[in-house]
Amino acid sequence: MPVAKKDIISRLQKDILLWQGFTPAMAGKAKGIGLGPLEAAFPNGVFPTGTIHEMICPTPEHTAATGGLISGLLTRLMKQGGVCLWVSMHRQLFPAALAGYDVEPHRVIFIDVQREKDLLWAMEEALKCEGLAAVIAEVREISFAQSRRLQLAVENSKVTGFLLRNDPRKLGSTTCVARWQITPLPSQTHDDLPGIGFPRWQIDLLRVRNGNPGSWKLEWIDGNFIPVEEEKAAQINLQERIAG
Amino acid sequence: MMNKRFISLWFRHLLTDWFTLRRPEFKALPFVFASPVRGRVMITATNELAEAQGVTTGMTAADAKAIIVDLQVIDDIPGQADKLLKALGEWCIRYSPLIAADLPDGLLLDISGCAHLWGGEREYLKEIVTRLRSKGYDVRGAMADTPGAAWAVARFGKVKPIIPPGEQADALLPLPPPALRLEPLVIERLQKLGFYTIKTFMGMGRSVLRRRFGQELLLRLDQALGNVDEPLQLLHPIEPYSERLPCLEPIRTATGIEIAIKTLLEKLCHRLQGEGKGVRTAILKCYRVDGHVISADIGTNRASHHIDHLFKLFELKIPTLEPALGIELFTLEAPKIDDVDPEQEVLWQSESCGLDDTDLAELLDRLANKIGAGSIHRYLPQERYWPERSIKPAISINEKPQTSWRKDRPRPSILLPRPQPIEVTSPIPDYPPMLFIYKNETHHIKRSDGPERIEREWWLDEGEHRDYYQVEDQDGRRYWLFRSGHYAGSQSGQWFIHGFFA
Repeated sequence: MPVAKKDIISRLQKDILLWQGFTPAMAGKAKGIGLGPLEAAFPNGVFPTGTIHEMICPTPEHTAATGGLISGLLTRLMKQGGVCLWVSMHRQLFPAALAGYDVEPHRVIFIDVQREKDLLWAMEEALKCEGLAAVIAEVREISFAQSRRLQLAVENSKVTGFLLRNDPRKLGSTTCVARWQITPLPSQTHDDLPGIGFPRWQIDLLRVRNGNPGSWKLEWIDGNFIPVEEEKAAQINLQERIAG
Repeated sequence: MMNKRFISLWFRHLLTDWFTLRRPEFKALPFVFASPVRGRVMITATNELAEAQGVTTGMTAADAKAIIVDLQVIDDIPGQADKLLKALGEWCIRYSPLIAADLPDGLLLDISGCAHLWGGEREYLKEIVTRLRSKGYDVRGAMADTPGAAWAVARFGKVKPIIPPGEQADALLPLPPPALRLEPLVIERLQKLGFYTIKTFMGMGRSVLRRRFGQELLLRLDQALGNVDEPLQLLHPIEPYSERLPCLEPIRTATGIEIAIKTLLEKLCHRLQGEGKGVRTAILKCYRVDGHVISADIGTNRASHHIDHLFKLFELKIPTLEPALGIELFTLEAPKIDDVDPEQEVLWQSESCGLDDTDLAELLDRLANKIGAGSIHRYLPQERYWPERSIKPAISINEKPQTSWRKDRPRPSILLPRPQPIEVTSPIPDYPPMLFIYKNETHHIKRSDGPERIEREWWLDEGEHRDYYQVEDQDGRRYWLFRSGHYAGSQSGQWFIHGFFA
């Protein structure tokens, strides 16, 4: 009898996930976004596209790191020749930098709005447009109702949205599927050569709906996210300490 | 071909009527407009009272004052008649779309196919004339097959104002030569020779008339008779692609305007679809009861004859349309149209859209119409090293990059619009600083790459070159710094921060 109950519960949970828009990974369709172990944090172990992700960038350094991560994700999302929209009020992203992540910058359309109100409107309109690879918006404030509107828009169009929140004091609850924070980490060069190594970030998933929040360290190497091997990193630290 | 009909309206006292409307106290006074011509003050317009006492235009003001002692002489306003006629023409647009100002004191309306909407030609003309008279203008109107005949009958006709189709020749016969819109010199010569009516010379040989009175007389005669077509200088040239929607009742609600826009778009798009064309710009004009015209315009990135899409663009503009007492006429014009790229049937629905996708173009149209086309940017690579100039804005959505994007040099994710000065400690020449202070925070540099020297484009601006360093501080935050100019001991070049790396 308890076994049967467990079955029922797990089936119900699967149903709930389905109703919430998380389709289980099909055997043939599982592509992954290339985030490696991080993807296990999401429901069904798949990076959810067609939803909205929230990324917290309190400082320009965070924004730069987030820009790097998003560029890496865009490489995957725009693989089929899609177009991406970047909506912002005070844009600082340098389009030429995207080329370093194998994203063609001319396939990114920047919408530079004057007012916060227009920003959310523009994002909602863009999210309704089927076939866009991704829509990224830099927002200071968003209410639960507003995020709900965006969520409804993507549920029909299956466009992936990213909200960059640059004011961490104004974080309310939103309908976003995950809340990220990307912090730059000191890079490591191979064999301790001088110079700067590959970009390395600490990726904190502060909140994941129906998933498991956690913290990961990734490096961007030759167009791939590579998890940082902690032991190796520790070893290098040890060596440094001995040397120092 | 449809039989053409024209109305000529003659404002007998255009300027003075207008002046009386503005200054009612002049209603009971004889007054004239006058302007100096070669040292003499000549009368350019008179009102009815002055005219009744024998004052006519072309007199000198002094002579007129001798006739009427208390005659008021008002300075002529240059260009006022033109302005008034244009305004009256705009008002008349409710009767016909084809209206021409007929200087100095008339209007010409091409009313082909309009009269039946008002229940016949007599009612139509009566409606126009009574409405204008009730506004306060002393107006005479006549209707004929040609503008010339209508003009003549409006000014010189004595029997009936409506000349039935094909009878303009009979109507012209008893009229005097000035009814043919001739030069004063020709009129004088005709009168000298005793031609007091058109009848007396109409039957004469053309070569004789040409030799005596010039080509102009023949042309005017032919125009009045309808042998030669007379094009009108229309106030509103008809756009080849335009639709009209007159309303029985004035429209005052947003829903009403929506329905009107939809109806117009359906008509326009149906035609465009047939011709394989699409709208690039469209203007909606709403003629209000109070005489004002309000308009809204839209533009598209790609030619479109998609009704829903165009309606969505107009929908954003509806709140700006102020109907006031009501709108009685809507017109929709498409001044700019383009061929529509025929949409190919898609065999395999691709998962995402490219830059040439219709959905994307429609999305950008909506954004451009709401927040301005200037807020949409796309960048193409430019073969220049100077970071600020390494990208250029794309002109159109279809513009392709001429060169490929450079990937060999590291470029920061965030580039500051202007490099910000920083304080540094840099002991060794050609080395990055040990630490730098930016926004009151000290960053100890642990790792660095560089320098990458970028020379200024001397043909554009003068100044020092930049030596860029990619640096990483104690917390792993990566920056793009540069020194302006060479390292030169204590007077070393200023350091700047220019970007943030991922």
